[in-house]
Amino acid sequence: MTEPILVLDDLCKAYGALKVTNHVSLDVRPGEIHAVIGPNGAGKTTLIGQISGALAPDSGRIRFDGRDVTALPMHARARAGLLRSFQITEILPAFTARENVALALQAREGHSFRFWRNVSRDAALNARADAGLAELGLETRADVRAGTLSHGEKRALELAIAMACGPKLLLLDEPMAGTGREETDRLVEVLRALKGRYAMLLVEHDMSAVFALADRISVLVYGEIVATGTPEEIRDNAKVREAYLGEEAVA
Amino acid sequence: MHFTPARLSRELLGALVVFTLFAGLPVLADLMGDTFIVFFTIRVMVFAIAAVSLSLILGYGAMVSFGHAAYLGVGAYSVAILAEHGIWDVTVSLPVTLAVCGLFALVTGAISLKTRGVYFIMITLAFGQMAYYTATSLSAYGGDDGLTMWGRTEILGSTALGDRTVFYYVVLGCLLACYLIARMVVASRFGRVLQGAKQSEMRLRAIGIDPYAYRLVAYVIAGMMAGLAGALLANAAEFVSPAYMSWHRSGELIVMVVLGGLGSLLGAIVGAASFLVLEEVLSHFTQHWRLIFGPFLVLVVLFGRGGLISLLPGGRKND
Amino acid sequence: MSATLFAVQTLNGLQLGILLFLIAAGLTLVFGVMDFINLAHGVQYMLGAYLAVAGYGITGTFWGALLIALVGALVVGLLLEVLIFRHLYDRDHLDQVLATFGVILFLNEAVKVVWGAAPLTLPMPDLLSGSVEIMDGLLYPVYRIGLIVTGLAVAVLLYVLVSKTRAGMLVRAGATNAPMVSALGVDIRRLFMLVFGFGTMLAGFAGILAAPILVVEPGMGDNLLILAFVVIVIGGIGSIRGAFLAALIVGLVDTLGRGFATDIAKLLLSPSAANDVGPAIASMLIYILMAGVLFFRPTGLFPVRGG
Repeated sequence: MTEPILVLDDLCKAYGALKVTNHVSLDVRPGEIHAVIGPNGAGKTTLIGQISGALAPDSGRIRFDGRDVTALPMHARARAGLLRSFQITEILPAFTARENVALALQAREGHSFRFWRNVSRDAALNARADAGLAELGLETRADVRAGTLSHGEKRALELAIAMACGPKLLLLDEPMAGTGREETDRLVEVLRALKGRYAMLLVEHDMSAVFALADRISVLVYGEIVATGTPEEIRDNAKVREAYLGEEAVA
Repeated sequence: MHFTPARLSRELLGALVVFTLFAGLPVLADLMGDTFIVFFTIRVMVFAIAAVSLSLILGYGAMVSFGHAAYLGVGAYSVAILAEHGIWDVTVSLPVTLAVCGLFALVTGAISLKTRGVYFIMITLAFGQMAYYTATSLSAYGGDDGLTMWGRTEILGSTALGDRTVFYYVVLGCLLACYLIARMVVASRFGRVLQGAKQSEMRLRAIGIDPYAYRLVAYVIAGMMAGLAGALLANAAEFVSPAYMSWHRSGELIVMVVLGGLGSLLGAIVGAASFLVLEEVLSHFTQHWRLIFGPFLVLVVLFGRGGLISLLPGGRKND
Repeated sequence: MSATLFAVQTLNGLQLGILLFLIAAGLTLVFGVMDFINLAHGVQYMLGAYLAVAGYGITGTFWGALLIALVGALVVGLLLEVLIFRHLYDRDHLDQVLATFGVILFLNEAVKVVWGAAPLTLPMPDLLSGSVEIMDGLLYPVYRIGLIVTGLAVAVLLYVLVSKTRAGMLVRAGATNAPMVSALGVDIRRLFMLVFGFGTMLAGFAGILAAPILVVEPGMGDNLLILAFVVIVIGGIGSIRGAFLAALIVGLVDTLGRGFATDIAKLLLSPSAANDVGPAIASMLIYILMAGVLFFRPTGLFPVRGG
């Protein structure tokens, strides 16, 4: 078995008496899509925060690409190749789609203490940004201000930005959130096409998307992982049905 | 805040008009036999440099510095104190001024930029006051009363700056240089990071950029630029005083930038000119011109958006 | 430096601290609850002093002046809130700074027009004039002692109001999470007005108390405003407890620094150098203190808001 790219080892985080992350351990292997599902309030957002570096865990370790990144700030983890997308779209609204991706490429190329050249006339940079946009079907939208893109286009731009950073692992925080049926289907296709190229930790609410994409699924309930397994195993797991899928069925 | 080709050329056209006006003014003044307007315009251009420097961090980096006048003061005092000790030449005084202002910006910026939002406003204000009170307590250099410079900075031993017209064009040259440098910085990779951090700090961290160092460098550049304005101000008046760095002055610099239009370097120049002209005109009517200007400012904030630059034909900003 | 001098300076420091607290309390509450940065808070202090002078002119007694000035400060504050400030709560800090800066320019100038630019004075109340011997050979004015005691009493009152009453509970909750409080069905606008009026009155009250011992002049609030900023930044924005402690610290450090910096500098430097350096260091002390606090705790000593 290949070495996992991301390993969470016994992560704990509490807000007062409330244990939002309770001894969570899981791993993601190279090229794999590992999905984390769970009902509202299960602690998915807090978990993402700890993996990306926005929040510090109370205890436990995070290993990424062979090294301990528990103490690294978010930007250092991003540089190491751990890239996240945001549940609530976090793009730069006053920049064009191209400028959003170009800035990510710029970050990957090292420091940006370069004052002399006009970056908007950097043909090589723009060409690579356009290629990144094209990969997600945004090639006609390159000159549009990101703030005026449609919701689905913004979700796609989020992905294009993360991919431009040269990720080894994509940490996807509910990429389907707020998209319509058609857009969800399109995003599923996009992610399926990327499968194998990057490892992905997919935190998602949309069950059909999760079962369509994931190699493995972990179920998070009240801050604890109650089960991990293949989609089939999870579907048949009694504990999961009771804690989670049952609730969906009732609703 | 990005440069589409159309906006670029519009900004270019505006800059051409503004700088042509500045360049032609002494000729016009000569014809009219009016010297006051030359002195006044020197003052306008000096504050325009300070406003451009503030616009760089305020308009493009969202750093609301309420202590920017401190750099005017520190720059002015550097030149005047050197002169007091018999050092007049620009080859010494300019590097020293820029170094002192840069260092002051580096130290106070390093602390201030650790904070956000309203804390940043208050800390920059407090550091500005610190510079102000330090100047008032420098009894060896005039304290409260300020310090008279008995002449102007020399250029390799020449006293050419003593000539009004020469000094005018040197100030104009400095303004042009600062404007071009600021434009270059804004349009560079560095500038893009700065503007990105203004929109979403989280997004920048998520793609692997820690904005802190970029903000700090911008803060230092702005501090040095304002320091240059201070050095020119000291030369223009041949006098320095703590009043240069009072917090009212810092407030006025913000007003200039916002009046002209946030996120436009040319706007900062237009804003500085408008502010000083308005002050001049109003104070002709009444010595209590602030009685009119205060409410005007409130109205501008409540109802006017986009600044003067958006009033130019086709110049409306839509972000 | 003798013990008597030290005692006097300490009392003077406390007194400055108390004045600062009265101004900072309103500022920190207004900021904490409404996320509103009000530069015009300092002119409220100035108005308090001027209204007291005017009130004295009408009634001829300090107590009459006190009453008139308190009511006047409240009325002006509420008027400003209704006319200008409430339209700024949703704006960004830059807009708030600019508009309240405009208010400062106006009111400082208006005071000049109405009362003239020359400094004015307000006589002390007879009841509190004179001095008492509080240490061997140390006479200290009764009024100043009264000021310190009054300030402490207000601090206790504020503490009780904020920590024990329903309105205080809402204010605290509002400082932590304003949207939640309004979601609970509290009329947030009325709460804002209440807090604002109260803060304004405290600043005015500080101005009234200061009037008999300091000169009343245009712009007198500006310097105290900035000191009050230093106080709430050190104390943590929104925290009354932080404002109280930081106000006393700033008052003491500033006063003692000015009193003794030159003497201390003389231990290290030649007398003439010490005379130059001492005052400069003294005037920088509180800013260095603030920078130090913020370097280690970017949200002050008692942060209220998370993050």
